[in-house]
Amino acid sequence: MSSLQDLPLWVSEAKKSIESASTLEELKSARITHSGDKSPIALASRALGSMASDERASVGKVIGDAKSAVAQMIAERTQVLEDQRDARVLLEEVVDITLPATRSHRGGLHPITILKNEINDFFIAQGYSVAEGPELEAEWLNFDALNIPADHPARTMQDTFFVEPLEAHLVLRTHTSPVQIRTMLENQPPIYVICPGRTFRADELDATHTPVFHQVEGLVVDRGITMAHLKGTLDLFARKMFGEEAKTRLRPSFFPFTEPSAEVDVFFNGRWIEWGGCGMVNTKVLAACGIDSDEFSGFAFGMGLERTLMVRHGITDMHDIVEGDLRFSRAFGIGL
Amino acid sequence: MRAPLSWLKEYVDIPKTISADDIAEGLVRVGFEVEAVEIIGADVVGPVVVGSVLSIEEITEFKKPIRWVSLDCGEKSTRFVICGATNFMVGDLVAVALPGSVLPGGFAIAQRETYGKVSNGMICSSKELALSQDHEGILVLPPQSGKPGDDALKLLETSDVIFDIAVNPDRGYALSMRGIAREIAGSLGLVFEDPASQVALDDFAPTKKGVQVHIDDASAVSVIYIRTFDNFDSQASSPVWMRRRIEKCGMRSISLAVDITNYVMLELGQPLHAFDREKIQGDLHIRRAGKSSSLTTLDGQVRALNSDDLLVADERQPLALAGTMGGRDSEVTTSTRSIALEAARFDPISIARNSRRHKLSSEASRRLERGVDPALAQIASARAGQLFIDLAGANHVGSATSGKSVIAPTVVFDPHFVATFTGAEISSEVVAEKLHVIGCSIEKSSEILWRITPASWRSDLQTPADLVEEVARMVGYDAIPSLLPPRPISPGLTDAQQRRRAIATLLADNGLVEVQTYPFVSDVTMKVLGFQGDRAKTFRLANPMSEDAPNLRVHLIPGLLDAAVRNMSRGARNFGLFEMGSIFRNNVDLPPITNPATDKRPSQKQIDAIYSGVPVQFMHVAGVLVGNSDEAGWQGKSEPYKWTDAIAFAESVLRACNFEWTIERSDFAPWHPGRCAELRVGSNILAHAGELHPRVVAAYGLPERSCAFAVNLSVLPERSIVRGKVLGNLPVAVQDIALIVDSSVSAARVEAALRSGAGELLESIELFDRYDKVGDGKVSLAFTMTFRALDRTLTSAEVSMMRESAAQAAFKQTGAIVRSA
Repeated sequence: MSSLQDLPLWVSEAKKSIESASTLEELKSARITHSGDKSPIALASRALGSMASDERASVGKVIGDAKSAVAQMIAERTQVLEDQRDARVLLEEVVDITLPATRSHRGGLHPITILKNEINDFFIAQGYSVAEGPELEAEWLNFDALNIPADHPARTMQDTFFVEPLEAHLVLRTHTSPVQIRTMLENQPPIYVICPGRTFRADELDATHTPVFHQVEGLVVDRGITMAHLKGTLDLFARKMFGEEAKTRLRPSFFPFTEPSAEVDVFFNGRWIEWGGCGMVNTKVLAACGIDSDEFSGFAFGMGLERTLMVRHGITDMHDIVEGDLRFSRAFGIGL
Repeated sequence: MRAPLSWLKEYVDIPKTISADDIAEGLVRVGFEVEAVEIIGADVVGPVVVGSVLSIEEITEFKKPIRWVSLDCGEKSTRFVICGATNFMVGDLVAVALPGSVLPGGFAIAQRETYGKVSNGMICSSKELALSQDHEGILVLPPQSGKPGDDALKLLETSDVIFDIAVNPDRGYALSMRGIAREIAGSLGLVFEDPASQVALDDFAPTKKGVQVHIDDASAVSVIYIRTFDNFDSQASSPVWMRRRIEKCGMRSISLAVDITNYVMLELGQPLHAFDREKIQGDLHIRRAGKSSSLTTLDGQVRALNSDDLLVADERQPLALAGTMGGRDSEVTTSTRSIALEAARFDPISIARNSRRHKLSSEASRRLERGVDPALAQIASARAGQLFIDLAGANHVGSATSGKSVIAPTVVFDPHFVATFTGAEISSEVVAEKLHVIGCSIEKSSEILWRITPASWRSDLQTPADLVEEVARMVGYDAIPSLLPPRPISPGLTDAQQRRRAIATLLADNGLVEVQTYPFVSDVTMKVLGFQGDRAKTFRLANPMSEDAPNLRVHLIPGLLDAAVRNMSRGARNFGLFEMGSIFRNNVDLPPITNPATDKRPSQKQIDAIYSGVPVQFMHVAGVLVGNSDEAGWQGKSEPYKWTDAIAFAESVLRACNFEWTIERSDFAPWHPGRCAELRVGSNILAHAGELHPRVVAAYGLPERSCAFAVNLSVLPERSIVRGKVLGNLPVAVQDIALIVDSSVSAARVEAALRSGAGELLESIELFDRYDKVGDGKVSLAFTMTFRALDRTLTSAEVSMMRESAAQAAFKQTGAIVRSA
């Protein structure tokens, strides 16, 4: 049996061997040597049993301190060595995280859809509803009710697609205005609607024209509506579409369904651009819809979505908008 | 409308401080779009003088005729020039560009040697002086139009500003110098002198002499004047000033008689027509064509007449398509000595129909269909008559008239309405001032009750709103403030609108690209796609863009296929496209519609008839899938799109709407009859998806096994409130079952049978394996069934019983047998 006098020596030997362990394996053998069952400290501890009880308490404390000192050293060294191992192993598992991750195709919404959503949201926030109607429309709703009688030169302003048989009096709507008529026939004022949709005119496709295009129209019918309200609404709309710097200008014009009528220009990127048409709803149109123009007045406006898109996004060729080239839509993402 | 500044200045006093651009801006401000301000003649530098031809020597030794011409240019000595044109004679007056002058295009004239002679200037053509495009020989000036040495540039008014003005259809009166000048004066606050009020009418009072006229159809014309002249000097030519004005307005000078009618039309706005009186038999009649079958018009075309066409006819035959174009048989010619001049206020609609039916839009019809000042027929015909007398020595034989001018009724008007309707502060004084400017007269019964008599040329002013526009545009729209109306609370997007937006976003987010295609398809496309029966019935356009594609689409797939092909031709290989849009079917009998009047709301019955006359147009969303479903790359090979991907897209739409659906195989064009799924919710067929028909794929040159899906968004069930369920957290029991069944039995049927037998504790069921090499026309289908009870942990005995019951149901309903291990 070794002597208790050697206890500090055992501890310092243990310390030396634990601290010099450079791997977890070396540390394991150091642990067995210095704190295992056959280690001097363990053996000394076992010998305590044969001691007298008064001696056992004091010696036991000394041995216990030595034991926990060694255990502490092992624990600390283990932590250090494990950290070193982990660092090494995780480093070995490094990947090139720049490798392409997404395998799915990149989709996208058509920018006209995105623009339409944006306009709808804007006007909904202003208290409007979104009204819709059929693309193949009754001639009466597309023309007559809008104060465009048969043989009026205004009808020839809009090269209309008629469908056969002509007695069915059906046209591909030349504007979204028939939706306004439907709204007024189906609802009592106050009316606040925005009517986005696809429209048709027999224009050849070129850089700035397409026979199939989109409009968005607004209609307000309420008590005390004035041209000032029209102007205020257009100013707000223009700023939403073209930024805070945008301004509008009204120029007198002619539309059968409004009186007074005006062209709307918007000042964008340093120049005036023709944006759309507007005016106060013609009292004849109100009459055709059964709305009393002594009590109510209204305004309406309409813009081409393609034109708005082209101006705002610097698109110079209409072909891009209508040809369905996926590179075109893709560039707009899903509009977020 | 092209309007030369020099002419406008005759009627409006424009100070030098006001520039052409100021005038253009002024016109825009009051509603006349100025499409161009052309400055002409600025690049011509004189001296260009009038020369009188003294002698002509023909030089013949060259390939083309060359003339050696001596000229009196008002100089001390005779001037000699070389000229390549031959359309002039000794004694003619011509325009001679002298050395030192510069013609348009920087063409400097100098003394030069040519054809062996020294040429000392150039005799000019109209084109060389930029007067017109006429390069048929040189410009011969009318006799007595000037004397040798006069400044030809001044004589020819080469230098001018032309406003090219777009005139809206409600402002027919502005298709004249008179109308435009009035607008300029009104806009800029200048003094206007009305040329119509300068015309002396006394000598032209109606008589019983000359050609007489009868209105056979009173709806066709309100008033007509026929003035007869004889002794017209057929040799007389149009004076330079008249020619130049006609040319500057974009018309051609033709002959003195025709030029006078055109000149007065441009000046005042009233179309006029000159007939050769000798060719008129008896009296003139304004009548419908009726049985008259044809008329050869001035342009030489033989026109088959519609019985409703409005004509000017004599006792024997049609002479002119009224207000649209004259007839060749009664045309004035170089030998005409006697003229019947017509001025009429034809019914605009009749003229519009004449013009449309014969695809003939003339200067006259453009004005008449917009409505001509009813007071003008009398005045303009007198003005032209005076010119016949002054310029051609004609003698007024007599004048006939029929009908009378109908002037628009008065409008009762509260001047304060201008402020309440525009929102701008515009006083009654300003209202009165502006209404006077546009030619209205005002009778004030009280401060708030004015009776407005619109000017004769403003038949468009019918309502108080019309008058508001007049005042507002003359004040300027800039005076209107910018305010927001009172606004209600918005109900927001409807359920259907929200769904459409979410579905489009969902598809785009899953890799599809949205396109928008034209809804026009060809007959061939309909056939190739295999649409038949009701699904092939569509509407045909009466006037398609292209005869190749006259039909409205019955489905979205054709447009998507075209777009797919286009993308492939531009290098795309693997992609999916989708479109959301309306389709058209013509499979119900549409009642013939009579369009009701619009002076009041039609009856509900009439409105219902109009609504029901519009066919239902379903909103679809559809997609085509071409090539691979993902990008090939370092992670491995990409997989081709297959029928399951198409179905998955259709399902993603239904799933987004939280529906439970069933699937059956369907033989439905344009899909592969063995690989097309029909998706139903309840009994509603909502979608089709799968592989396209191989014939369609081949016809479009798409990769084999390209796929497609289509969902009818218009028949989606309404959104419903989802009820919360007790979820349960006791352990689940999982049971696998493999069944052998005829390969003709669908997995969906087997699954449904298992479900029906498994009882209500079945939480979910999933097909996890399908093995088709069993032989004997059988397949093996393996399902995982998961059971859970809310109140207890299930015992193995209970679970076995439920599995057994499911197996029995599968056997009974589908003949499936449990596969032994």
